[in-house]
Amino acid sequence: MTTPASLEEPAALPPTEHPAIAGSSSPPPVIGVLALQGAFAEHVRALARLGVISREVRLPADLDGLDGLIVPGGESTTIGKLLGRTGLLDAIRQQATADALPVWGTCAGLIVLATDIGDSGSRIGQPQPLLGLMDLRVRRNAFGSQLDSFETDLAAPAVADRPLPAVFIRAPVIEATGDGVEVLARLPDGRPVAARQGRFLATAFHPELTDDLAFHRYFVEVVAAEAAERRSA
Amino acid sequence: MEVSTWTTKAGLARMLKGGVIMDVVTPEQAQIAEEAGATAVMALERVPSDIRAQGGVARMSDPDLILGIKEAVTIPVMAKARIGHFVEAQVLEALGVDYVDESEVLTPADDRYHINKHDFRVPFVCGARDLGEALRRIGEGAAMIRSKGEAGSGNIVEAVRHLREITDGIRRLRSMPREELMTAAKELGAPYETVVRVAETGELPVVLFCAGGIATPADAALVMQLGAEGVFVGSGIFKSNDPATRARAIVEATTHYRDASLVAEVSRGLGEPMRGLDLTAIPAREMLATRGW
Repeated sequence: MTTPASLEEPAALPPTEHPAIAGSSSPPPVIGVLALQGAFAEHVRALARLGVISREVRLPADLDGLDGLIVPGGESTTIGKLLGRTGLLDAIRQQATADALPVWGTCAGLIVLATDIGDSGSRIGQPQPLLGLMDLRVRRNAFGSQLDSFETDLAAPAVADRPLPAVFIRAPVIEATGDGVEVLARLPDGRPVAARQGRFLATAFHPELTDDLAFHRYFVEVVAAEAAERRSA
Repeated sequence: MEVSTWTTKAGLARMLKGGVIMDVVTPEQAQIAEEAGATAVMALERVPSDIRAQGGVARMSDPDLILGIKEAVTIPVMAKARIGHFVEAQVLEALGVDYVDESEVLTPADDRYHINKHDFRVPFVCGARDLGEALRRIGEGAAMIRSKGEAGSGNIVEAVRHLREITDGIRRLRSMPREELMTAAKELGAPYETVVRVAETGELPVVLFCAGGIATPADAALVMQLGAEGVFVGSGIFKSNDPATRARAIVEATTHYRDASLVAEVSRGLGEPMRGLDLTAIPAREMLATRGW
């Protein structure tokens, strides 16, 4: 349901007080959240708690003027098909490569960002459409059915100096990474579940389902740095 | 590492938001649904309109059918258990389904009690006609709610009524001073703590979908504009003339529910929708929505 933010949430900082933006005279960044399907409202709330302006993206015109984009959790087959049907697949790819738009994918978003999902895609019809922005091989539903969904705490030293809560729901896993991909977090068995490649970020889990804003803050910093670079160029 | 927590159960429903969950009776239909962009399928032996037409006792589906559908698709697979039939739910959990629907579409197994859903690792979705019923089901452990509507009718009027009952109930709680909430909980027949939480946040603690009578893209967009977070379509797709095209159109109308020109575009050339029922023609004892307590 479309409802105001929870009363339990702390009041959002005004945009200029965010550490990534403070001290800058430039306009605060605007981050788009792909709203075709899935848990996009949770990302909008998390960004609001950081004082960041966000916009729901359903059609290519919604991408105009964005400084960053989040591809949320949801069903990657559904999101992929709707990306293709709306023309957003090409539009996002174009803006991400030609205009250096930072993009972060969570869960289904990780799948959509990857170049390769092996044989774990939909078993019928056309291959599942992917943005292919990150040099990753990803396995969908890597842990089994919903009964195997789990919560844990993960170390992600580049993101925070404490363990971060991670919720895995019918989650994918990263099986292989290409050159230039930095692994940000691993499961205890060593498998990568969070990665960064330049301005692109991907997590197999759902920071937007927890109260912890570390990953959102990290992405906002990537976005702010990229925006500063664009302006100086 | 903790498996099957409340966050993962309610969280899967959050991942289904903005999407369409489709009733299917064969692996082939499940693949048509996935190809159309469904976020999940509900594996059934008969769609509600056939259950209504054929009568008899409606039970959990054959495990072979459910497993065949699980094999055919990569999206989540849901299946229905009878109200109160906790052993059917145990069987569905053992089969590894992703969600159990404790559903009034099947013949109830218990005329007083629903399943204690906290006992299970698999998450549950339950139907509700109003806020009190929704909060009772959440109290029993439901991790997702759907407004009931009248399944198999192809008539949206009950879905609209139940959805409005739930959202109106939330708005009423939100405007109440704290001292009125205990009496409100008593009148709703709902747990006090959950009533307080809804009054504070202005929303259910779990995701709210709409079910029971959606037959067209405009029906889906209507309930989304009325506050549903996604839709279940039962008989509406595979009882129509061109299921693949209609399924895809309903998916797009659910995503772009505020974009009337897009809903208009996807509504063109869909062929005949399912034949609907005038609800005044259904005898009260045959109404499915009144099952559940």
